[in-house]
Amino acid sequence: MFAYLVRRLIATVGLLIVVSIITFSIFFLIPRWAGASADTLASRYVGRTATAATVHATAERLGFTDPVYVQYGRWAKGVVVGEDYDMGASVVHCPAPCLGFSFARQEPVLPDLIDRAPVTFSLAIGAAVIWVIMGVSVGVLSALRRGSFFDRLAMTVALAGVSLPIFWTGLIALTFFSYKWGLTAVGGAYTPITENPGRWAYDLLLPWITLAFLFSAQYARLTRAGMLETMGEDYIRTARAKGLRERTVVVKHGLRGALTPLLTIFGLDFGLLIGGAVLTESAFGLNGLGKYAVDGIHANDLPKILGVTLVAALFVVIANLVVDLLYAVVDPRVRNK
Amino acid sequence: MTATVSATGSAPAPQRGPFLDVQDLKVHFPTDDGLVKSVDGLSFHVERGRTLGIVGESGSGKSVTSMSVMGLHKEGGARLSGRILLDGQDLLEANPEEVRLLRGKKMAMIFQDPLSAMHPYYTVGNQIIEAYRVHNRVTEKQAREHAIEMLHRVGIPEPRNRVDAYPHQFSGGMRQRAMIAMALSCDPDLLIADEPTTALDVTVQAQILDLIRDLQREFHSAVIIITHDLGVVAETADDIMVMYAGRGVEYGAAEDIFNEPQHPYTWGLLGSMPRLDRERSERLQPIKGTPPSLIDVPVGCAFRPRCTFEHNTGGRARTERPDLMDSGHGHFVACHMRQEQREQLWRDEIQPKL
Repeated sequence: MFAYLVRRLIATVGLLIVVSIITFSIFFLIPRWAGASADTLASRYVGRTATAATVHATAERLGFTDPVYVQYGRWAKGVVVGEDYDMGASVVHCPAPCLGFSFARQEPVLPDLIDRAPVTFSLAIGAAVIWVIMGVSVGVLSALRRGSFFDRLAMTVALAGVSLPIFWTGLIALTFFSYKWGLTAVGGAYTPITENPGRWAYDLLLPWITLAFLFSAQYARLTRAGMLETMGEDYIRTARAKGLRERTVVVKHGLRGALTPLLTIFGLDFGLLIGGAVLTESAFGLNGLGKYAVDGIHANDLPKILGVTLVAALFVVIANLVVDLLYAVVDPRVRNK
Repeated sequence: MTATVSATGSAPAPQRGPFLDVQDLKVHFPTDDGLVKSVDGLSFHVERGRTLGIVGESGSGKSVTSMSVMGLHKEGGARLSGRILLDGQDLLEANPEEVRLLRGKKMAMIFQDPLSAMHPYYTVGNQIIEAYRVHNRVTEKQAREHAIEMLHRVGIPEPRNRVDAYPHQFSGGMRQRAMIAMALSCDPDLLIADEPTTALDVTVQAQILDLIRDLQREFHSAVIIITHDLGVVAETADDIMVMYAGRGVEYGAAEDIFNEPQHPYTWGLLGSMPRLDRERSERLQPIKGTPPSLIDVPVGCAFRPRCTFEHNTGGRARTERPDLMDSGHGHFVACHMRQEQREQLWRDEIQPKL
């Protein structure tokens, strides 16, 4: 078990290096291929009236004139031991782990990420609780009453939920629940849970529900399919033959088997979400990691995007690791291998 | 063979009748393609301490019968009629909750494939404990001791360690033993074994059958063994019911069925058992054709299209469904041929070839 964990952690580090290389290349190598010179890249980070000489000086200062692998090496070194960035007027130190240094804002990215993470975490965790409860219970009921009115209705709504984009459902929800009926917060607000838990939940309620709607739909469909499969298994017949209550048969024997595949999907979804719920955060004006990346894109501030991407990748990888470990807890057949 | 077997099921239930008395059971499933008559007028009974073997091909209605007795047929899907009297109580009239409380306690079941019949996520002990605690108000600890005791009784070595193992950590034979331990944990009066040895190694099959027989003596329960393998019932059954297309075609004491079978289908089944002491070409004499569709059972005798003796019935097999009739001393046969004719055919033509 310990050896397995060590192996997985080493693989995780390797994976993160690959992700960082790919991301770095997308932002720093591809523009070069597309014909952008070091000066054009640097021109984003100087004033509009700057002379060509100033732009070139900035490009050299920021290292854009170096080959891309040298730039990557400098960035990677920053992650491990920290790096000094020459801002002309002053030299700013970016302490390790330096996930990136915003050229536009002239400050390290990491403090921003740490600052914004609670918003995204709050959003993701709250939504996950709702969607797991909703999705699984609707899925189970649908499977048990297969072909009934409830099943058809639930599956139609679920189909809508899967198909409708969140920037649409988000805006519709805001229009009605917040602006028209005044039931929920109007968005854009976030109160830390440590400050006022009630306010925290109130501010996030609508984003939670909107985001959970999308995922509940998907989880309801998956749970339904899984339940239909497990309820046909021989061990369900055995459970009934023992004289167990139908509720025990469904929950203890049926659902337990159906939940395993759901765990995998949940790990991926949740990991991806805590790395930034881009659409939900944008729709509701929440300053989380996703919004931070979007702002980075608008401002052409590449290190910000790079930072969020890496953090997101880290979360996905960790979530997957946790899921794999949980698998061993859930399914005894996995444990012995 | 004390009580009468009625093909019509019109006879009133005896007050103190057989322990399990099935009368004119019909199980029909309406489907989009038509009405599937899985069981169509079946009657039999089993006493405590006796074993009934139900024999037939796939799709003859054996398993549907056992599921109906257990009350495990698909809810809403099946149409059941007739009577299933367990210790005098009609299970078809009882409400589902009453039947649930009987399941596991008064009647228990062993299934064909113990690997898929046990939940892969729970330990063997956990599953036995669960079966015991549904019907007994005992602590977890007492139930665990009971589970270990049951595992010991079905011959699982080191039960104290094995109780915490998962089904996949058991061998096929051990799993079936554990399954039996689970079924017997509440000391049921009726045990239904649906193809208990089919999924097992040949060498293990005999051990499991021995075990079932020994435990039956110990628990003095009524046992129904459902199988397609006459070899299995030959070793275990007191009485045998041969089923074809949802009906009984021959029913009687095991020695009668084996020594003087009277139905051409039973002859076919006997001929389908490979004999290594014969010439290679004569070792196996399979029954021609395939079992009929249960949506479209042949008019008259359901076995007629596959029967080589149809010409002996004077055309009645084509129009009239034969009833299960007593041919004397409780040996019931559903065939249009005259009894002397059947006996003669068996003596002169069939037996010498087997």
